Amino acid sequence: MTPEPPGGGPRSLPLILARELAANLATPMFLIDAEGMLAYCNDAAEQILGRSFGEIDARTAGELGDLLKLADLDGKPVRRRDSPPGVALLERCPAHCEMLITALDGRQRRVEVTAYPLFGKADDMHGVLTVFWEARA
Amino acid sequence: MRVRVWGCRGSLATPGPDTVRYGGNTSCVEVRSSTGDALVLDAGTGMRPLGLALEAEGVQRIHVLLSHLHLDHLQGLGFFAPLFDPGVEVHIWGPASPVQSLSDRIATYLSPPLFPVRLADVPSKLQFHDAPEDEVQIGSVRVRASLVTHQGPTVGYRIEEDGRSVVYLPDHEPSLGVDVADQPVEWISGHHLAHRADVLLHDAQYGDDEYPRHVGWGHSAVGHVVAFARKAEVDRLVLFHHDPGHSDEQLEDLVEEARLLWGADHQRVCCAWDGMNIELSPDHISLPAPPLPA
Repeated sequence: MTPEPPGGGPRSLPLILARELAANLATPMFLIDAEGMLAYCNDAAEQILGRSFGEIDARTAGELGDLLKLADLDGKPVRRRDSPPGVALLERCPAHCEMLITALDGRQRRVEVTAYPLFGKADDMHGVLTVFWEARA
Repeated sequence: MRVRVWGCRGSLATPGPDTVRYGGNTSCVEVRSSTGDALVLDAGTGMRPLGLALEAEGVQRIHVLLSHLHLDHLQGLGFFAPLFDPGVEVHIWGPASPVQSLSDRIATYLSPPLFPVRLADVPSKLQFHDAPEDEVQIGSVRVRASLVTHQGPTVGYRIEEDGRSVVYLPDHEPSLGVDVADQPVEWISGHHLAHRADVLLHDAQYGDDEYPRHVGWGHSAVGHVVAFARKAEVDRLVLFHHDPGHSDEQLEDLVEEARLLWGADHQRVCCAWDGMNIELSPDHISLPAPPLPA
């Protein structure tokens, strides 16, 4: 019944609040919606990704995973679905690991990655919040 | 559709000589459809006189739509006369919680030692419903709710009939951590609900100078409300949920502040008062002028 506003569909409140949290923190974070689309990454995460959010907007998390090279600490490739955001999205549970990420600018970083699903009401998943910490050597 | 404000004060009932014109009762708004369906937005202290009016009218079915369960939006429920009439059907809608049912949460208030009557002993025919995220039909109006930024689970409501819409966002801080004016609309809390509403009743608890001391309290400053309403392209903005510390004169200053920000057609911005009647018909919207000083 509501006239459709311009832009995309409305985001759910858990996603809006997660975005506001990420936007106000210096810790790199990105937000994936329940369909697996990259919904937002904060300024700090642009270092990890190697591009600004404006340049990578509207990619699926899968496409982003193809662009980023993910590897374990021995350099062995990590499949997208086995990365923390992949696990959080597909298995709907939190996940954490330390890994190597080669960003879109070609720079490799050793990072700790934590991803957790955002549930509103029980079983109602709104997306995944992923947090990065640059690992200390 | 007719809308009557029975309480528009925020946080705490505030009777006294400084609040005579705009009123001191906490949030309660009656919405009557063209076919007489009775909806009540929130159960603040304004609900007591509303209950007496509905009882006198003999209304047999009432839908109470709660935005959230903070006490200023709930305290009137125990003093709502129809609740104690076994012949009346009362449907109570409110935001869902992952931990407790709506009735259990309301019973926390409606039970000793906070209240002498237990919710389970209330004689009317009570039914509880989660606030409808998908549109529902209540009589001849359509109602939809959406979670919005406040402290704890809180919803706003959109009510439509005959192509006219009223949106109620009494406790809302869409500007928390962001500048609404620069945000893409899909990322603004409550925007989809309010978009192109004919009348928006919106939290305007603070002046812009007061807001910095209240960031994260779940309420809006006048500047935020105007930015939100503009972004949502609403037709008329009614400032609501007045701070208990604001006198009639201070509320008028806030309206002036809002009108300056609104710009052209600034008469589309006004301030709610206890007793305000808004009429919406397919060809007309009527918002009366506020009461004059004595």
